[in-house]
Amino acid sequence: MVINETLYTIMTAAVSIMLIILGILALESKKLISSVIYLSAMSLFAVLGFVLMKAPDVAITEAVIGSGLVTALFIFTLIGVTKLDKKDNQKAGDTK
Amino acid sequence: MKRIVSILLVVVLGYFVYTSLYVDGFDMAVSDNRQTSISDAYITKSVTSENESVTYMESTDLENGSANIVTAIVTDYRSFDTLGEVTVLFLASIGVSMVLAGFTKKYQFKMKTNRILKTGARLVVGLALVLGVYMFTHGHLSPGGGFPGGSIIGASILMMYLSEENFRARMASFKWMESLAGTVYVLIGIIGLFVATYFLENFLPTGTVGALVSAGIIPIVYILIGLKVGSEVSGIIDQFLTEEVAS
Repeated sequence: MVINETLYTIMTAAVSIMLIILGILALESKKLISSVIYLSAMSLFAVLGFVLMKAPDVAITEAVIGSGLVTALFIFTLIGVTKLDKKDNQKAGDTK
Repeated sequence: MKRIVSILLVVVLGYFVYTSLYVDGFDMAVSDNRQTSISDAYITKSVTSENESVTYMESTDLENGSANIVTAIVTDYRSFDTLGEVTVLFLASIGVSMVLAGFTKKYQFKMKTNRILKTGARLVVGLALVLGVYMFTHGHLSPGGGFPGGSIIGASILMMYLSEENFRARMASFKWMESLAGTVYVLIGIIGLFVATYFLENFLPTGTVGALVSAGIIPIVYILIGLKVGSEVSGIIDQFLTEEVAS
């Protein structure tokens, strides 16, 4: 399949703009969990970008690790950390 | 202040990336028809000394016979580097299991497992496992290879852990598989040292470009890497999803 030149340019520009927007959102969002989701969406667009730049190997690796495993790891860590936070607060409340 | 510095950094980095990719007359500039040249190079790469173009499924007995250039570099020309990478991943998994050594009970999430997740996971897990195995068996023909294939196997194990509340993978067999794969990888390298001239040399016949059984030791090494990476990632996920037994 041959993608014509203008369509290619438009797709590349859209992907790069979305990458920048999602990156800024991931940095600026107040809740950590939504930051993680924005990061996952950003790596989804990075996959698109790698496919457009004819690097399918990198695209597959990014899809599996960037938007799959790393997101899962961040979410588990967040769940674990909030649980510990609650426990610590309760203990501090008990001593006071 | 922090924001100004970060914006400046991004602008400078973007300028360098832009000039290296899209401005002519720069040392790093890629050729003009880069949008088509890279994928064509996958199929018609020239590896013989006469620089003839390679025909897919027809050319025989080429330098290493791999249709995918990335795989040829990762597991043949720079195979020793790949051995180092696999060692790094192995050390990472050892570190995780040392830190979380006492954690044996499976972590129970507060929310109950959704029925959609349960049914969907049952459907998808088998397909994902087969996709992972396909990816590292066909690493010398199509994009992908041992590292993404192993990670897909790890992700399907993760899906099982999330959907089934009492599911535990048998980690002992994963550890056996991992150490076996690593040992066979080094053994293949030593055989290359004795049969041919140097460590990890491609000593088997290379066959036809594009056939499944071709490219000498490249598919064997990539299958071993896939099994090793898959068991390591699964082990790390298993360690992360356990908690300490309350005493």
